Amino acid sequence: MALSDKDRIFRNLYGFEPWNLPAARMRGCWDGTAAIIARGRDAIIEEMKVSGLRGRGGAGFPTGMKWSFMPKQSDGRPSYLVVNADESEPGTCKDRDIIRHDPHTLVEGCLIAGFAMGANAGYIYIRGEYYNESVVLEAAIAEAYEAGLLGKNAAGSGWDFDLYVHRGAGAYICGEETALIESLEGKKGMPRLKPPFPAAVGLYGCPTTVNNVETIAVVPEILRRGGAWFASFGRPKNSGTKIFCIQGHVNKPCNVEAEMSIPMRELIERYAGGVRGGWDNLLCVIPGGSSTPLLPKHICDDVLMDFDALREHRSGLGTAGVIVMDKSTDVIKAIARLSAFYKHESCGQCTPCREGMGWVKRMMDRMVTGEAEVEEIDVLENVTRRIEGHTICALADGGVWPVQGLIRHFRPLMEERIAAYKARNTRLAAE
Amino acid sequence: MSAEHAEPASFAFDAESEAKIATILKRYPEGKQASAVIPLLYVVQKQMGLQTGSAWVPRVAMDVVADRLGMAPIRVYEVATFYFMFNTKPIGRFHLQVCGTTPCWLRGSDEVLRACKDAGHLKGYGDTSPDGLFTLTEMECMGACVNAPMIAVDDDYYEDLDYESTVKLIEALKRGERPTPGSATGRRSSEAAGGATALTGSETE
Amino acid sequence: MAKVTVDGIEVEVPNGASVLQACEAAGKEIPRFCYHERLSVAGNCRMCLVEVEKAPKPVASCAFPVADGMKVFTDTPVVRNARRGVMEFLLINHPLDCPICDQGGECDLQDQAYAYGHDSSRYGEAKRAVKDKDIGPLVKTVMTRCIQCTRCVRFAAEVAGTPELGGTNRGENMEIGTYVEKALSSELSGNLIDICPVGALTSRPYAFVSRPWELKKTDSIDVLDAVGANIRVDSRGPEVLRIIPRVNEAVNEEWMADRGRFSFDGLKRRRLDRPWVHKDGKMVAATWPEAFAAIAHRLAGLPGERIGAVAGALADAESVVALKDLMAAYGSANLDCRDDGAAIDASRPDYWRFNTTIEGIEEADALLIIGSDIRREAPVLNARIRKRWAAGRFPVAYVGPRGLDLTYPATHLGDGPGAMGAFAETLKAAQKPMVIVGRGALQRPDGAAVLAAAWKLAAEVGALTPDWHGFNLLHLFGGQVGALELGFVPGQGGKDLAAMLAGGVDALWLLNADGFDPARIPASTFVVYQGHHGDAMAGRADVILPGAAYTEKDATWVNTEGRAQRGRLAIHPPGEAKEDWRIVRAFSEGVGKTLPYDDAGAIRARLAEASPVFARIGEVARGGCADLAGPAATAAPTDAAFVLPIPVYHQADVISRASDTMAKCAEVYGPQTALAAE
Repeated sequence: MALSDKDRIFRNLYGFEPWNLPAARMRGCWDGTAAIIARGRDAIIEEMKVSGLRGRGGAGFPTGMKWSFMPKQSDGRPSYLVVNADESEPGTCKDRDIIRHDPHTLVEGCLIAGFAMGANAGYIYIRGEYYNESVVLEAAIAEAYEAGLLGKNAAGSGWDFDLYVHRGAGAYICGEETALIESLEGKKGMPRLKPPFPAAVGLYGCPTTVNNVETIAVVPEILRRGGAWFASFGRPKNSGTKIFCIQGHVNKPCNVEAEMSIPMRELIERYAGGVRGGWDNLLCVIPGGSSTPLLPKHICDDVLMDFDALREHRSGLGTAGVIVMDKSTDVIKAIARLSAFYKHESCGQCTPCREGMGWVKRMMDRMVTGEAEVEEIDVLENVTRRIEGHTICALADGGVWPVQGLIRHFRPLMEERIAAYKARNTRLAAE
Repeated sequence: MSAEHAEPASFAFDAESEAKIATILKRYPEGKQASAVIPLLYVVQKQMGLQTGSAWVPRVAMDVVADRLGMAPIRVYEVATFYFMFNTKPIGRFHLQVCGTTPCWLRGSDEVLRACKDAGHLKGYGDTSPDGLFTLTEMECMGACVNAPMIAVDDDYYEDLDYESTVKLIEALKRGERPTPGSATGRRSSEAAGGATALTGSETE
Repeated sequence: MAKVTVDGIEVEVPNGASVLQACEAAGKEIPRFCYHERLSVAGNCRMCLVEVEKAPKPVASCAFPVADGMKVFTDTPVVRNARRGVMEFLLINHPLDCPICDQGGECDLQDQAYAYGHDSSRYGEAKRAVKDKDIGPLVKTVMTRCIQCTRCVRFAAEVAGTPELGGTNRGENMEIGTYVEKALSSELSGNLIDICPVGALTSRPYAFVSRPWELKKTDSIDVLDAVGANIRVDSRGPEVLRIIPRVNEAVNEEWMADRGRFSFDGLKRRRLDRPWVHKDGKMVAATWPEAFAAIAHRLAGLPGERIGAVAGALADAESVVALKDLMAAYGSANLDCRDDGAAIDASRPDYWRFNTTIEGIEEADALLIIGSDIRREAPVLNARIRKRWAAGRFPVAYVGPRGLDLTYPATHLGDGPGAMGAFAETLKAAQKPMVIVGRGALQRPDGAAVLAAAWKLAAEVGALTPDWHGFNLLHLFGGQVGALELGFVPGQGGKDLAAMLAGGVDALWLLNADGFDPARIPASTFVVYQGHHGDAMAGRADVILPGAAYTEKDATWVNTEGRAQRGRLAIHPPGEAKEDWRIVRAFSEGVGKTLPYDDAGAIRARLAEASPVFARIGEVARGGCADLAGPAATAAPTDAAFVLPIPVYHQADVISRASDTMAKCAEVYGPQTALAAE
């Protein structure tokens, strides 16, 4: 049973209708916002817990619980909501659609979330490359101010709330919440040591919660329709609807909001026109953005698209960027390009990541041509283990997991490549 | 990297930039003006583009930003060199930014790159064309993966490209035209290629 | 307190302590590169990872706070693997040029590679090379060796207060430097060499000079400012090859100033290495007996009141007391140690000491600076003020040339004494206000009035209480306070410097006295110059007695706080030069006025008898102010603008003026007075 349009939260995901406030109101945005806020902080957080919403930015931390970490009483410091719109995980382009086509879901979500965590100000940190998207977002915020939906007594709720857009400038690492905060403070985006966590010491040293765009944008609909409604989709602890970005070797690449726990094969075939050349032409899928290890076809045949099912297969839902590769793919090269990405995006702070990602990238480049020794596959694997878990943030983990996944599932191919290279060069040398 | 190339002797914000700065500074609390460093570097880059045809951030301008925000200049240099979107060297009039990350590569970004080189007369990444029109840069994933492959020309995304459509785009730029950003294959946005498979208005339970 | 178990050893550490501190308390050594206890925690090198029970990943012990009941493991397979990994990653792009690296033998990376390194490398790719940076004449860079620990960046920004270093670019391309080639503007830049854990930042003057194991290491005291930084003089044979700081929490923590660190090449140049006597219109080389005879001849028959003695900036306490005793034997009370003309009231120690003490700065809660550019007069003490400022709520104001960059915010009240009162309300509101008067502020005709006015202000704002002494005089050189403690000032009926220079004496014995213009000495005055450098004053002498520089004698020095400290002989004085008190002692014997001490023990006993300061070496008597009566003054100060006493930081004394290194610095940095900056 597929998700019906009426149960889709982002009813203008594709921009078939205008993004502006009148059109957004027609779609139900800003309906009864004051009444939702009137329920009070505790009730809102409770409802979010009931919904089972887990953060949509990749890590999947329960949203209601995250909000509950914010101080109930201010010690004099203000609290901040920061929205992570630094969508940069390769394979991920869902927040972009929310921002450019349905920005009022996000703006309204910010007000409600801000209230629920005691914040009177919020910053939306949008990746610098999304310039045109930031223009739309700024315009939507201006509309909201104009209509009294932001600012003093926002939406007639009695809560004052200011919302600002802050553009990043090209750094994947700023999607890590503490790097984002550093960047927002005007510094290099280098992740902070934790503890302290942002809920205690965040932006400008004040209590802060950083949430992904999609996480915040689904909040108003959840509170209007009830947590139980949202929880009715997907499996327990994996509930709700979710935007998937289906790309690569599919017939009809697209973004689509579908229910959680949908089988991967159904997701690809129903919405993206199936794998190029048919399901049997499938080589592997990266299920949740570049950081999640690839899954070979036999796992894809029946795996469900949710946090727990993908974790069981030593991968993850991540950001739900589904990168499909058919049998024509040089999968070693596909992963090597990701290693180049992580090397390029390492902030350079921690030794294992700064030095290790370059090493991994260079070894992967040789694995692509086969100019390596078979034993170096073990060296490569061992180097990734020496990087993983030894850094301040998870960028390095996300950088080595794809390599580990490749070795796990495609080691014979790597060995073949090396053997072929040797054979070719032996022959050349002999000639 | 040091600033060895032709540096302007000075930099000053023009009236338009000053107006933008006034708005920007209002977003941040008292005493937290350093937050405006990225926005102000953007203002610099934009103004340089308008004034000189090359959107970049000279070192003297970084000093001006540092002074304006009460920061040590080195803290501004750090930011300007950390974030990939600031050009610390002059670039061509159009900045061709090709996404080469895996999702785009799977869909043919090598062909897009080849088209940029051929049509733009560019030797490769990092090159600026002899006529000064184009600078070619490889970008990491720009977040338009279901419309891969894509390039950004300055701030605008051009998506669902192949060799021919990329050449067409570059030729148009040469003619002084600015094609409408978005898909080259007529897709509205991120709906399924060839026709939406959701939000069709007809789908029922 | 939190109870923490480290490898089964239970320790108690304060709440808020780091796991690393707990490990150290348990006697477990934790390797580290980026962590430095006097800098903010960066947590980036990842060398100090340990396992903590229930933590999913190993944690950076330098940054992770302890919790009561925590169990920490520092030697598990996970920990060893993590550290070996970090070591391997650090070494893949580190050049293995240890044989030609000046850090070799005292390199953290080298040392820790013994414990965590592989015997061979698995890295087959090309190594990274990084362009060296020119950051001035003192600190040499070999940036390929840099391990990006950012200690230098944090030191420059946090301790030195000159945020000029940073990490530009990112990832493996991150480079430490200034981005724009420029010489670091800090007077504490030499400390970068010490805190750099590898050979990326080394001493330029020491480049390729020596290996550390060849050096003789002698503990001593820096005298080129009045802070009294504890130092180690490293020498080989007759040469000082480098000077580095030692830890003394009360004085210099572990820092030292550039002039003290890098002037030592001046010890080899322009030295007075034999006696000289003026004969027939020119100076001729002489023997010690000839020089002594010439002096004895001139002094013979002069009444005591026509003989005078002046002690200067770099005079050690032993020679000062010996000279004082010699003058007494001649019946002279014409003594003065204020060779720079500073109007110091020597009637009470707290009129001339830095009474709050350097450590005490950290307790103060407001500060007024009068006529001093502390940053350049006492860089290490200034770093302590900056540390106090960084801790928060510390208003600072100054009177003196506008535009001083003290490395922390300070309100400019005005140029001259008239502006002193403008900060009174803030000082009054403070619990422990401090007033610092620069010695330079007293080097003017109305100096006594300035001193009196400053004291009066301190008394009025509550800086002088039975528990808190907030009045401070900041001296400029290591010999100045010791002489005051010994009472080397005019005795009963004695003449001061001005009177002596105004024809008040016929013979003048100058002990390291270079603080005034030699042209002020009347032509008829017979001048004995005892010192170590052929600077301007030596040129005026009738007899030159070659003495020892501070590195060449066992001597006692008193810093601006009134803290006596012992310097030790590192190398022997050149040529025929001798330890200074022994020169005076030898002369006394020759003229039949034999001083009653002839060995180190006896002269030190004499010092202790002369002042209690010398009976408590290394200590300082800190206390409040019981007696509010101030220094004497006959009039109010004029409002003439203060003039800073040291126009060129790097060339302020006879040693630094003889140093090539310092000459290069002076060329690069130029005069650093505030006025020049405007």
